[in-house]
Amino acid sequence: MEHLELFFKAIFIDNMVFATFLGMCSYLAVSKKVSTAVGLGAAVIFVMAITVPLNWLLDQYLLQEGALSWLGEEYADYDLSFLSFIMFIATIATMVQLVEIIVEKFSPSLYNSLGIFLPLIAVNCAILGGSLFMQSREIPTLGLAFNYGISSGIGWFLAILAIAAIREKIRYSNVPAPLRGLGITFIITGLMAIGFMSFGGMLTGGDEKEETTETASIEVVAPSQESSITEEVETVVDSTTINEPQIIE
Amino acid sequence: MGLLSKKDAKLITDPLADNNPITIQVLGICSALAITADLKASIVMAIAVLFVLAIGNVVISLLRNIIPSKIRIIVQLIVVAALVIIVDIILKAFAYELSKTLSVFVGLIITNCIIMGRFEAFALANGPWRSFLDGIGNSLGYGVILVIVGFFRELLGSGTLLGIKVLGDPIEKTGVYAYGYENNGFMLLAPMALITLGIIIWVQRSRNKALIEN
Repeated sequence: MEHLELFFKAIFIDNMVFATFLGMCSYLAVSKKVSTAVGLGAAVIFVMAITVPLNWLLDQYLLQEGALSWLGEEYADYDLSFLSFIMFIATIATMVQLVEIIVEKFSPSLYNSLGIFLPLIAVNCAILGGSLFMQSREIPTLGLAFNYGISSGIGWFLAILAIAAIREKIRYSNVPAPLRGLGITFIITGLMAIGFMSFGGMLTGGDEKEETTETASIEVVAPSQESSITEEVETVVDSTTINEPQIIE
Repeated sequence: MGLLSKKDAKLITDPLADNNPITIQVLGICSALAITADLKASIVMAIAVLFVLAIGNVVISLLRNIIPSKIRIIVQLIVVAALVIIVDIILKAFAYELSKTLSVFVGLIITNCIIMGRFEAFALANGPWRSFLDGIGNSLGYGVILVIVGFFRELLGSGTLLGIKVLGDPIEKTGVYAYGYENNGFMLLAPMALITLGIIIWVQRSRNKALIEN
């Protein structure tokens, strides 16, 4: 049950792109075409599934306060957590390099499709962010850390897929000239983030009921304002769901 | 500008507007958006990036002939990580509350694309003094955008600037609140950072038509 909860939470509620803005650089740079977006997204899932559990082990048995106690009594009060940035990034950079070599050796076809994206990943904030959030949220077991890595990767994958599909379509629309390209992408991402905020109530069953009664009482005060906001959210959600079948094709 | 030649001064002024790292080069967006809900955090983040980028550029530029090109990414990451640890420890010592609000985003300076981008594009090919100026220029360009976004989000979202209530007290209805003004809490949420940045880009590109993309 807690696995399932973490899985959905990491994909929808704490989505890497829409809730914490991680990996925005490659998200904006590589989302011009759906096919390249799929390649990079898959590579991110792959690398996160490896690095998050690996960094969890490092954190548990090397970096945390008292983590070195397995070496013996006298090491029990060492606290190496100030080294975590350097350890995490070194692990990620080495793993990316290793994965690149292994994939090149055993599956040249996969290497050709992922190849160019793998070096990019070492500096993707989503990967380091995954490990740092894993540390600051104190994920308790190795299995959950693995789950967290995969599901935040999937969340990032979904986000880049959706924006790539929208950007492919938006080429046929008449966007004001100064907004073309980067500007409109930012605004669309903002609207998609508003849409993703509606997932916020997904896991808080009891709290959600309280919230609805609250909004109901507000609605009595200002009905027009409230309904216009919900309408906007609904249209955003609709547009993302409309786009998803196109992606699968 | 007696100290700097014209070419050197351009290294600082260019990234401030026409070659801004955020709005034109599209680098370093991640942290630009996440921590701009109030002005103070934006300013501290800008200073932290200034420190890391200026010193990091000098270090990489000094090492540029020694680093084998195959492992340069790892070397660059280690240099940045060491500098970021220094920033993190200083923040924890002198501004503990603020380091809690910035949380993991201080650590994420390591993967801030501006830093890797400037190392790759500039410091590996230029001398230490020019790299230092380039680092200052680019981090100032980054800081300007951060401060603009932070300014609008804090002013419209909570009616304060640096924690000072510039628009009056919302509870006692003084200042503009006496005329029925309300804070727009939506500005404090994540999506509005993206939309604010989109609007900044819009304004900048309609003022300078040369920047418009096809």
